[in-house]
Amino acid sequence: MKFFIIASAIKVFVVFNVIMVGVALLTLLERRVCAWMQDRLGPNRVGPQGILQPAADGLKNFLKEETSPAMADKTLFTLAPIVSFVPALLTFGVIPFAAPLPTKWGLVPMVVADLPVGFLYILAISSLGVYGIVLAGWSSNNKYALLGGLRASAQMISYEIALGMSTVAVLLLAGNVTLAQVIAQQQQSAWFIVPLTLGFVIFFVSALAETNRLPFDLPEAEGELIAGYHTEYSSMKFSMFYIAEYSNMVTASALMATLFFGGWDIPFTTWDQTDPSVLKTVITLIVFGLKTFVFLFAYIWIRWTLPRFRYDQLMALGWKVLLPLALLYITVLATAIWFLRVQLGWEYGTGMAWALGGLNLILLIALVWWLDRGRIVSGIGEEAA
Amino acid sequence: MAIGVKVMKRPTQQTSYLRATLKGMALTFSHLLRPKVTMQYPEEKSSKDWTLSSRWRGTHRMLTDEQGRAKCVACGLCPQICPANCIKLVPGEDEQGNRYPLIYEIDEFRCIFCGYCQEVCPEEAIHVGVHYENSEYSRDRFVYDLERLTAQTHPVSTLWDPSDPKGE
Repeated sequence: MKFFIIASAIKVFVVFNVIMVGVALLTLLERRVCAWMQDRLGPNRVGPQGILQPAADGLKNFLKEETSPAMADKTLFTLAPIVSFVPALLTFGVIPFAAPLPTKWGLVPMVVADLPVGFLYILAISSLGVYGIVLAGWSSNNKYALLGGLRASAQMISYEIALGMSTVAVLLLAGNVTLAQVIAQQQQSAWFIVPLTLGFVIFFVSALAETNRLPFDLPEAEGELIAGYHTEYSSMKFSMFYIAEYSNMVTASALMATLFFGGWDIPFTTWDQTDPSVLKTVITLIVFGLKTFVFLFAYIWIRWTLPRFRYDQLMALGWKVLLPLALLYITVLATAIWFLRVQLGWEYGTGMAWALGGLNLILLIALVWWLDRGRIVSGIGEEAA
Repeated sequence: MAIGVKVMKRPTQQTSYLRATLKGMALTFSHLLRPKVTMQYPEEKSSKDWTLSSRWRGTHRMLTDEQGRAKCVACGLCPQICPANCIKLVPGEDEQGNRYPLIYEIDEFRCIFCGYCQEVCPEEAIHVGVHYENSEYSRDRFVYDLERLTAQTHPVSTLWDPSDPKGE
């Protein structure tokens, strides 16, 4: 018991700091990738290749004046950044990030809290994040902030449904909500991206909307709402929203890696699953980091490519496309799994994965054909002279 | 058509969103790897694509003769033509009857850098310079006196030549 407490405390400390540093570096990466995509260099002055830029930004934010609007609701105004910040960090607690670490007191699972309800916990906590944004918008006593908060609540609640529905598919296949078990299932054969491709597509789009990232960053929408819900915030309070946004990104990316890309599993080998050792923990940690990084990069890449949706388009996509699609997908998938498991007596393995993968491919082509008005990825027809 | 107007090829039908999105993503990714256009300013002040024009009109410079005296003969043409009235000239005369400026000051804050002073100068004494880094800690440092004008070393402007409008 004492060992468990000490190990947990160390894990909490390390994970918290790694995420904080990761988020700081992510803000730098965002700015530099943005610059590169625009043929610029980006911040490269503070430290080698600008690596200390986040530290300078943090210092600046601590030293800036803390403004508080005269008519703001002081309590909620102060509470909002905290309410936004805390759930963003809490959600990472249940994500396993490496193979178990053997110590001389016993095996330490490389997850802060190995909750049996792991995945449900993530859904529960991540939806709390919307309160921070809504409270910020409300307490600022500013019309733009209020509109931003309003949009955030509508958007995040709408997409929360599609997000939850798309992950039901994972739970159907894994038969478990513990993330460690979900990973263990994927290690045995194919990653869930193969049998659940469409589920991943829905999850990815919803996750973009859930984290308020472009092309779904309507709560900020600087062109029309100044800065949306954090218009009135300055100094460290603003920074808290910023950190919350980026840690949400980290969590969402880590979740995608865990649910659909095998978590810390090293592909095409079973070497990482047996005989825990320190080396294996380190390597699986790096693999998990790489997988997460790929999605983080995709987030940034999409942000600097796609323009922002109009608000009604956003709502239409959420309610008219993603939600029915997710429901339909669950129905089809549940039927398919029932057929394979009960009628044919298959267990989850490579055969079942590829059978479901084929089904997904058909569904995906049908979806793209429908969304793209009768085309798949084909051209645009005749061009005007 | 005097100028080239780029006519976009517009599709006659509705386009494929997915294809357009993927093309956009490919485009931004290709830009990620292209050479960057940023010039690292304080270290690098000109590149092969961009240098300051030789016709640039910046802060002034007074040329000197072989004895190190200002070429100015205090004829008074430059304060006369100056549209911003920023040149202060008090003429003096030595024993041989040569005129020279007792006081010659240019207020660089009033100056509009039209270059008329250089054009009008019969002695090719006052020039506008190819120079742009002028920061100072106080406002009064922007009134350049004769000593300061002669001490400047930056290249002088060639101005625009009507007989050679393209500078060839």
